Amino acid sequence: MPKQTFVLNGRTTTVNVADDVRVLWVLRDILGVTGPKYGCGINVCKACTSHINGKAFNPCAVRVGDLKPKDRITTIEGLADTAPGDLHPMQQAWLDLDVSQCGYCQPGQIMAAVALVKKVRREGREIQESDLDGIRNICRCGTYPRIRDAIRQGAARM
Amino acid sequence: MTDTFRHEPEARGDDTTTTDGDASGLRRRTFMGWVLAGTTLTVAADLGLARPAAAVIPSGPQVADVYDLEDAQTDSALPTSQLIQITITEQGTAEFELPRTEVGQGILTSTAMIIAEELDLPVSKVKVTMAKARPELLFNQLTGGSNTTFSTYTPIRVAAAIARQQLLEAAAILFGTNADRLITVGGVVRDTLGNEATYGDLAVDAAKQVVEAVEVVLRPESKFRTIGKPQSRLDARDAVTGKKKFTGDLKVKDALPTMVCRPPTHRGSPQALQNQSQIERMPGVTHVAQIPTGIAVRAKTFGQCIDAIRKMQVTWNPGSAAAESDETILAELRAAEIPLAVPEVDLPGVVKTVETDCVFAFKSSAALEPYTAIADVREDSAEIWAGLKAPIVAQQDVARDCGLSPSAVTINVITGGGSFGHKLFGDHAREAAQASKAMGVPVKLMWHRADEPRQGRLHPMATSRVRATVVGGEVAAFEQRHTSILMDWSHGFGDQLTSVADELPPQLGGYTISQSIFALTQQLPYNFGVVDQLLNETLTPGDAVDERFASGSMRNIYSPDVRTAAELTVDKLAKLAKKDPVEFRLAHLKDPRVKAVLRKVAKEGNWGRRMPAGTAQGVAIHKEYKGCTAVLIEIDCRPATVNRNLGPETVTGPRVTKAVIAVDPGLVINPRGLEAQMIGGCMDGIALTLTSSNHLRDGRFLEASWDNYFYTRQWNVPFETEVHIVDSDSDTPGGAGEAATGSTAAAVACAYARATGTNPTYFPIQHEKPLAFKPKSFEPSVPQSPTNGLNRTY
Ligand code: FES
Ligand code: FES
Repeated sequence: MPKQTFVLNGRTTTVNVADDVRVLWVLRDILGVTGPKYGCGINVCKACTSHINGKAFNPCAVRVGDLKPKDRITTIEGLADTAPGDLHPMQQAWLDLDVSQCGYCQPGQIMAAVALVKKVRREGREIQESDLDGIRNICRCGTYPRIRDAIRQGAARM
Repeated sequence: MTDTFRHEPEARGDDTTTTDGDASGLRRRTFMGWVLAGTTLTVAADLGLARPAAAVIPSGPQVADVYDLEDAQTDSALPTSQLIQITITEQGTAEFELPRTEVGQGILTSTAMIIAEELDLPVSKVKVTMAKARPELLFNQLTGGSNTTFSTYTPIRVAAAIARQQLLEAAAILFGTNADRLITVGGVVRDTLGNEATYGDLAVDAAKQVVEAVEVVLRPESKFRTIGKPQSRLDARDAVTGKKKFTGDLKVKDALPTMVCRPPTHRGSPQALQNQSQIERMPGVTHVAQIPTGIAVRAKTFGQCIDAIRKMQVTWNPGSAAAESDETILAELRAAEIPLAVPEVDLPGVVKTVETDCVFAFKSSAALEPYTAIADVREDSAEIWAGLKAPIVAQQDVARDCGLSPSAVTINVITGGGSFGHKLFGDHAREAAQASKAMGVPVKLMWHRADEPRQGRLHPMATSRVRATVVGGEVAAFEQRHTSILMDWSHGFGDQLTSVADELPPQLGGYTISQSIFALTQQLPYNFGVVDQLLNETLTPGDAVDERFASGSMRNIYSPDVRTAAELTVDKLAKLAKKDPVEFRLAHLKDPRVKAVLRKVAKEGNWGRRMPAGTAQGVAIHKEYKGCTAVLIEIDCRPATVNRNLGPETVTGPRVTKAVIAVDPGLVINPRGLEAQMIGGCMDGIALTLTSSNHLRDGRFLEASWDNYFYTRQWNVPFETEVHIVDSDSDTPGGAGEAATGSTAAAVACAYARATGTNPTYFPIQHEKPLAFKPKSFEPSVPQSPTNGLNRTY
């Protein structure tokens, strides 16, 4: 069985698993890192959204064999450590506005929100309605309006 | 008083004091409860307390006006008379097991608030968990119909008040004084001399060796400090840090990932797996077994289960709907429609008939968390972990499937990732148990997303016809005939009702379960002369369940469809009378509470403002679950909006640009949670009217994932969503989980009709448009995960 090595939430991690197993299952079923959720397995619902080298990606659509040893994977469990303080400002905004209902989509929503804010900043601008409209993460509990408010608030503190 | 709750500070709860005197001097009602034997203070109250006085059931024009689904569900608790308990620990916390299921609606938080209020303890020191299946509760462990708070409010308060009273008495002995000289402050008992003891200090002293009946009075509502103040969810931090555990996140020894290869037709069944040994040799696979619904495979990872399913060669029996499509089912509904009683009359200037005839497509009630259950079935016992809203029914089903007695089956109820009616059924728990038994090992069984809209529970297709007769300018009759494919109530909701058959209003005699629930939930609160709303369902005589479809009630049950057809008709009546829709409604509404919420949205939403062509406002009201709502919608149906191209897998269409919701829910426990439920219900209503449905073709539902089943997405979300809570001084909490769904669905339909100048008749609007997706393969039943994710980073 091939050895797969990557950096997970700041720690170099090695697992024995076949190349073509998707990263989501390596995280959840083998490593027990369950923050990224399964909602479709085909890169549609975005519940599994995590970061690779600081950018949003969907581990259900990446083969573990395609990761390089230096690739830095961050899941919701590791997000707080990427910013000063107890929680990432986006997580804090989520608490301040009491966004979550069942909470199942929210790790993915927060990871997507952080990456989106960074992306528009790279483009030299701030979040607009059209950026929020473009978020593909599903929330079947319908928390979307509070998500929109929370992203603006979290961005202001990022 | 009205108020909008947004971004308010945390609820207090630890900085106020309470004495036992009631300043008003009024004698308040005494309730009875028990102190139970325990090592620390343990108190109990009877769930039967939920109805404070004997129910008077006057006959009225409509059943639900006087006795509704919540009453029926609450009365079903009475004969069982079972106890709920609160324990005070030596750490000074209060522990309570709620016989209801948290699926995102916030009941663990609101229940903690109720206990904190009566016990005078900070909310953070109340630990509410979900009870395992408790068969002795019979019908009183079912979460649905927005009934939780209504049916548990008083019993929980009584138990908490008894606990506080017992702590005061224990402190009085300790301090050598009388209990009425003592006060409680956020979990501490004090006297005026400076003596104090925490609840934790007193928990052992207050404990009893024998059961003792005690009497208590409840805190007057005027002194509430926690109830009615905005409180954030108690699990919010766990949710945003990834610590919140759902069933699929639990580690149960040896419970490896398990998935099921499912038939190509809805409710088909497996004949045989042709290549079992090939599948068993695949990487990661440990076990393969046939169960009644398909071929289950257990592997090291879910990805390897998917790989195995895609290689399976299975012969199938077709489902019994194999010959059916949307068109044939619609024809069946049309044939089953019962005639309207009032004849269609058109006498120019004297009598005018206004008609509405709407079709509502099948819809999937699937939550974001797919059906997931862990099962460990042994020779003589079974243990299940799953999100289940009717755990007692699941316990019985699992016991029967595994040949065990119910007492040998332990059901652990896990917080669900959404429900919307989906988790009323224990389909996932049964499959997991069947797979575990067949394989002889524990399993963590999860449905693939593609399985959910194809094989999962559906809100059945229905038609709703309305005929209103206007005589001399006045509405003289309003008839509604709702015709539906039979709804499956076998999850226990039906048993709840039959258990109180004698208590039900006599008008319900001879009704089916569905008709009873329809009559208990539908109210048309307008003065429209003779009002008559009736449900009938297609069913083969003698059948209790329509085996062709996995049907089930979905958030707000019949109301979104019924209210949409009714409110569209009200708009037509207003137009005929040349009246403004809000003015017309206000002139005909009977109930001042409904009028108040309608006035609120009209004012806050700036009703009647000038809007560009192709855009419009729409308004609707709904009365149900001891409360009422009004919703004002603004919609944009201009081509530039409707035809927005946001890429593949994306249905844009008309956009609701603004939603203003006013709710009078009765007594408000947690305004922040209530607002969340209104927002969520509103997002559902938008989807129901505009985008989300299942297409039935030749016994197959075409939708297979969220890129086919178009639930509301960010590009469909209003730019502004406002919730206004209108307080009517009610002392009874109503239901919140569903209240905004029906009224939003109806308001969106009314706005759409006004913006487009059309008379929409098929919902959701998207359903009749050309398919916006390419159906995924039926064999294999699950799609392969893509591998190009690294090209789609941002
Ligand atoms: S599970 Fe990865 S996008 Fe849905
Ligand atoms: S909070 Fe339940 S799916 Fe988003």
